[in-house]
Amino acid sequence: MPWTNIEMADEVIKFFKPHSSVNLGIGMPTVIAERMPAELNIMIHSENGVLGVSGRPSANSVSPTLINAGKETVAIGLGASFFDSSLSFGMIRGGHIDYCVLGGMEVDAEKSLANWMVPGKKVTGMGGAMDLVNGSKQVIVMMNHFSKDGVSKLMKKCALPLTGFEVVDLVVTEMGVFKPTGSSFQVIKLAQGVSAQDLKMDEGLLTH
Amino acid sequence: MKNNSPKIFKDAASALFDIKSGMTLMSGGFGLCGIAENCIDALTLIDVKDLTVVSNNIGNSGRGLVKILVQDKIKKAYCSYVGGNPDLEKRMLEKKIEVELVPQGTFSERIRAAGMGIRAFYTPTGYGTLIAEGKDVKMFDRPCILETALHADFAIIKAQKGDAFGNLWFKETARNFSPLMAMAAKITVVEVEELVEVGEIAPEDIHLPGIFVQRIFQGSNYKNDIEFLVTAKGDE
Repeated sequence: MPWTNIEMADEVIKFFKPHSSVNLGIGMPTVIAERMPAELNIMIHSENGVLGVSGRPSANSVSPTLINAGKETVAIGLGASFFDSSLSFGMIRGGHIDYCVLGGMEVDAEKSLANWMVPGKKVTGMGGAMDLVNGSKQVIVMMNHFSKDGVSKLMKKCALPLTGFEVVDLVVTEMGVFKPTGSSFQVIKLAQGVSAQDLKMDEGLLTH
Repeated sequence: MKNNSPKIFKDAASALFDIKSGMTLMSGGFGLCGIAENCIDALTLIDVKDLTVVSNNIGNSGRGLVKILVQDKIKKAYCSYVGGNPDLEKRMLEKKIEVELVPQGTFSERIRAAGMGIRAFYTPTGYGTLIAEGKDVKMFDRPCILETALHADFAIIKAQKGDAFGNLWFKETARNFSPLMAMAAKITVVEVEELVEVGEIAPEDIHLPGIFVQRIFQGSNYKNDIEFLVTAKGDE
């Protein structure tokens, strides 16, 4: 059975060391904030200018000026701080953020990530992703394994414009956990009941 | 000082009296959080065109700067993210507006650099991507690309509190790009929810010293829209 988004989030969380800092990207990775065990004491960073995000606000404590980078309302925990965008990206580019988790359109065996545009069709912009993948100590991509056409998004070489070149450390999909090595994807773990054939990837692209 | 400060203006229209077509305008805010609502509304009524706008999102969901985008007052935009802004994405794909997408950290640093007197800097962000095309690459510990400072004629920003000297205090994550833009623009127009007496904001609590602010006014009728309201489970 492929993992649910919540199970994927829990798989990502297993890689976090206690007392570290994590930046969570827009979309799927935001689930991680809601699943994060308090005893890990992890500071969640959001690049719009907050360190110490702590889940969601109650209905009567919502503030329009307290949001994450996905423009969703959030809550903060003890020890949180606010700052401007320059300081925020200084934390990222300066190597002070331990992990970033972001969504992806394609990841390749060479450790590159594409997630910001489909030429001629769709442009979302890169937001902070290009800074995050180059600045964070560890880069984790959390995404669906297959495109809408059922093709594996873990590939030999990205076809879409890159967000970062040789930057990805780990990929977590609903099918399993994979580590790009430069020439292949090392299978760290597969969801229970998922086999290598289910991944729709060339046999040569996988190492076990 | 409040009454005779040369920085105090009556409202957005009076503070923007000399903005002209073809100028470069910076606009603070992340999505709709912390945007200069009064200034943007005033710009919809001012006869300007061919603006170059520097703003992270150029509005969102039909709101914020989208109001002047759909009036076709913007010729060129610098931003990092257009997702959630279908009006901009459409004009971009139809080539009705020139858009330079800038990685958000590079975007904020280019603005900060302008305000700090730094002409250019090398960063690893964007190396090996479309962003690096045509840019000088230099090897440090890793390959880096050269990025230049981003200046503006005007910046429009919003703060929670400000005084007649222009000292500002921002609420929560509403700070984002605003202090950087205030430093990078020749004329910074600030609207505040609370115009307070000089001295009311303690010196150590001032987020942006007033030296970077040229004009300030007491804003009104704030909507402070929330784009995505998400609350704790069982509390919707």
